[in-house]
Amino acid sequence: MTGVRQARCDVAVIGAGMAGMAAALFAVERGLSCIQVGNSGGLLFASGLLDLLGVQPVADGRLWQSPYEALAALAREEPDHPLARVDARSIRSAFERFVAALGGAGLRYVSLGERNRKVLTSIGTIKTTFGVPLSMVAGVDALETRPPCLLVDFRGLREFSAVQIAATLGERWPGLRHERIEFPGCEALPELYAAHLARALEAGETRARAIALVKPLLGEARAVGFPAVLGLARSSEVHAAFEAGLGVPVFEIPTMPTSVPGLRLSGALEAVMSARGVRRHHQATVRGLAFDGGGGTATLDLEGISGGERVSARAVVLATGRFSGRGLVADREGVRESILGLPVLQPDSREAWHQRDFLDPSGHGINRAGLRVDDAWRPLGADGRPAWPRLYAVGSILARQDWMRSKCGSGLAIATSWAAIEQVARELRAAAAG
Amino acid sequence: MNSPSNTATQVLIIGGGATGTALARDLALRGVDCILVEQDDINAGASGRNHGLLHSGARYVAGDRQVAMECRAEGAILKRVAAQTIQDTGGYFVAVQGDDERYIADFPALCARAGIAARAVDVAAARALEPALSERTIAVFEVPDASIDPFRFSLETMAHARSLGARLMRRTRVVGFELEGRRIRAVRLQSLSGGEDLRIEAAQIVNAAGAWARELALLAGAPIEMTYSKGTLLVTHTRLAERALTRLRLPADADILMPGGTVSIVGTTSTPVDALDDVQPTTAEADLIVAEAARMLPALATMRYIRAFAGVRPLVGAAGVADGRAISRGYALLDHEDQGLDNFATITGGKLTTCRLMAERAADLVCRRLGVTRPCLTATTPLPVAAECAWTEPGRSPRVWMRSHARDDTLLCECELVPGRAVDAIYDALRAAGDTPTLTEIGLRSRIGKGACQGAFCAPRTVAHLYQRGDFHAGRGLAEILDFFGERWRGQRAVLWGEQLAQAELMEALHCGLFGEELRGDDLRAQASRDAGTPGAPDDAPTNEVSS
Repeated sequence: MTGVRQARCDVAVIGAGMAGMAAALFAVERGLSCIQVGNSGGLLFASGLLDLLGVQPVADGRLWQSPYEALAALAREEPDHPLARVDARSIRSAFERFVAALGGAGLRYVSLGERNRKVLTSIGTIKTTFGVPLSMVAGVDALETRPPCLLVDFRGLREFSAVQIAATLGERWPGLRHERIEFPGCEALPELYAAHLARALEAGETRARAIALVKPLLGEARAVGFPAVLGLARSSEVHAAFEAGLGVPVFEIPTMPTSVPGLRLSGALEAVMSARGVRRHHQATVRGLAFDGGGGTATLDLEGISGGERVSARAVVLATGRFSGRGLVADREGVRESILGLPVLQPDSREAWHQRDFLDPSGHGINRAGLRVDDAWRPLGADGRPAWPRLYAVGSILARQDWMRSKCGSGLAIATSWAAIEQVARELRAAAAG
Repeated sequence: MNSPSNTATQVLIIGGGATGTALARDLALRGVDCILVEQDDINAGASGRNHGLLHSGARYVAGDRQVAMECRAEGAILKRVAAQTIQDTGGYFVAVQGDDERYIADFPALCARAGIAARAVDVAAARALEPALSERTIAVFEVPDASIDPFRFSLETMAHARSLGARLMRRTRVVGFELEGRRIRAVRLQSLSGGEDLRIEAAQIVNAAGAWARELALLAGAPIEMTYSKGTLLVTHTRLAERALTRLRLPADADILMPGGTVSIVGTTSTPVDALDDVQPTTAEADLIVAEAARMLPALATMRYIRAFAGVRPLVGAAGVADGRAISRGYALLDHEDQGLDNFATITGGKLTTCRLMAERAADLVCRRLGVTRPCLTATTPLPVAAECAWTEPGRSPRVWMRSHARDDTLLCECELVPGRAVDAIYDALRAAGDTPTLTEIGLRSRIGKGACQGAFCAPRTVAHLYQRGDFHAGRGLAEILDFFGERWRGQRAVLWGEQLAQAELMEALHCGLFGEELRGDDLRAQASRDAGTPGAPDDAPTNEVSS
């Protein structure tokens, strides 16, 4: 190839969802140079809540108050589950570092502790999660004690109905009232979009008008809930202004994707990557990935809008996700891994991919498909041995987990990235020493 | 059973598919009082689970000229009287390399003998107009096939019947017949929506229950010979062709691709089944359709599919015949008199295309027995447009929405551009008829849930909209969402590969990962069993929570 730019790094991370971001962060924190490939669009589907482990076992739908006790149960019952292969101490460290990095980028989370928390969703269900953004934490408290409380929504924001939430909770939260207001400046618009509202509320004047509309509706309310639209990058400031203006705790309720908390998360993680010196190739795709004979160096051929680039990396981390992330690709014949064609653990036939009932308690077989890895997080080839000495895989592409049913998506991403990067660092140190 | 409330009518029609609704309209136009009872919803059976092909008859010219001629005549009538439900797309019959050349050669003459206009089209010209056709195409004939919206057709037919005095009872199941000599004195019915049980005295009873006709006839003590043939169809993500395209050969699997607004519908299969419950498309059937139909339309091999659905054809007679396609697609009108019943009739089998004729014949029999001499009017009376029935039409919602988009009329579905006012119109019409509309029923009457997202986004929005209107209370919305996805899922799992699998994953991430509906579902079921069918608010403190 002529005219192609060349670059070198210790670790190339392929993927920029939660797992790719965590892997890149942990790599640079360990002093490894890092290039990251892929766009962070998948993060827009995140709720902003950081699950660790809420349900175990999936088939029983058993919810846990302590994620660490749930992890202990997981280790006993499903020792092959990728989360069961990361020790609790590592998981604690990984979450602390990840949340600290987000906080440094202005997206602040309540201190993690040892307990799962319960959060109200926009359809009135209650979600068990672990890491809660500061802007949502007053809702966790309110849900626990259920004082008189007001939910506010905006006409035109179609996926968020305060009356629906209040009605769904019904007698279990009798003091929960609901009010609908016009979003200031949008009175003539039929549909409102959460991101637009979030940006608008960063302007002091719009914010003041919104607060003035809500204030007379407060009544006895000891807390006020809003759809998650209280600011984008400056959400801490907007949230604080609402609390100061209304004189009661204010909380956000996560909405359907593409949600504002997802936008905040991707924005904050992009900022973290840039601040820590991770070289990001947002728009590039991996056209080729090859390892040299001894497996010591990988060559990635990237194709981006501004031309090609050839990256030499001493280790590669696959954090490409599942089907919606394009890490796994399915056709009628079966599932394959999209970049290297690695063997994918999967059900025998397509008929076994999905249950006949969408909400079948045991979950769908296809969701446990994915890459098998060795103890050092290296995906296995067809012969059951690591496909390449320095190829690692993290996050939801891993087999034998069902993150959607277990409520462990962020936990899987953060914990496995931590553990894999630890292996990468050890391996590269050993190579340098040897 | 508590003492049921009594009602009387001249004719009780059992089954709200194309035939039953057409019969209600036919009788109502003749001034005969009737009640139609349906255990599920309008077109819940095969009437709503087909291609939406208004046959010219060309498909049956070799196998069953009688059926071919009926289709030709009825297709022409419906194009006149129910034009709003029909797109006169025209159709091509297409042969590809390897197809039976003798059949191709005989086809024009066979059509001519059945009175069907078939015109040979130059293959290159046909492929210019329908570029998706295979380059291995060897012969094309144009015939007057058309596309019909079966939901709109039956909904408007029933709406017209009701405007003339016919009564409709949905979610009402026949549980028994009271016999008296050679007559059925009354029919006992159970409400499946929590209403009271009923007893209807009718002078005449017509079994128009489609595939369920066998069970009903048995219940009445007048068994009929009938077999079931399951047919599966696939819905593509985008529309592949303008016309109705049919493989030019003796009827076989996956011969037909129909336009359905923004999508195409391809199928079918024909598999004998023994039972009617839980008929779902399978992955094997999807594979068979893709492989076979791709011979005529190669793009189908790599096409994204958003949905599959399966219906059961009721085939009368010939129990034990292995190949369902060998049994006539003709209809059967049975008077049951030789079985000792003088006021019972069964009308079943047949085609969507011939439902008007089937209703006419059944109505003639019933009227003769009642001594009513007024003639059938359905061949000449235009089917009135009913505003609330028009939202099933693909492409209508966007047009209406684009024309005038009021500030208080928000778009609930972004795949199919369904505005809030469509849901309002449907809800209010059902409500006015005394029903308590469900999300699934709104889905059947609109494009909600029919686009690429299959309801992942529009279902919660529609529920939020109905709360806002004050139509939904307590935990009902969640229960409705669970039911709706349950129904939609049946048609999704067979086509989940490629892009659509990624879409399904997003849906599960939202509805299970974030909303935890699979956990709520357990709570709801537990609650429902306690409260005898009224879904309550989900409990947020499940008893199975592990606390330390």
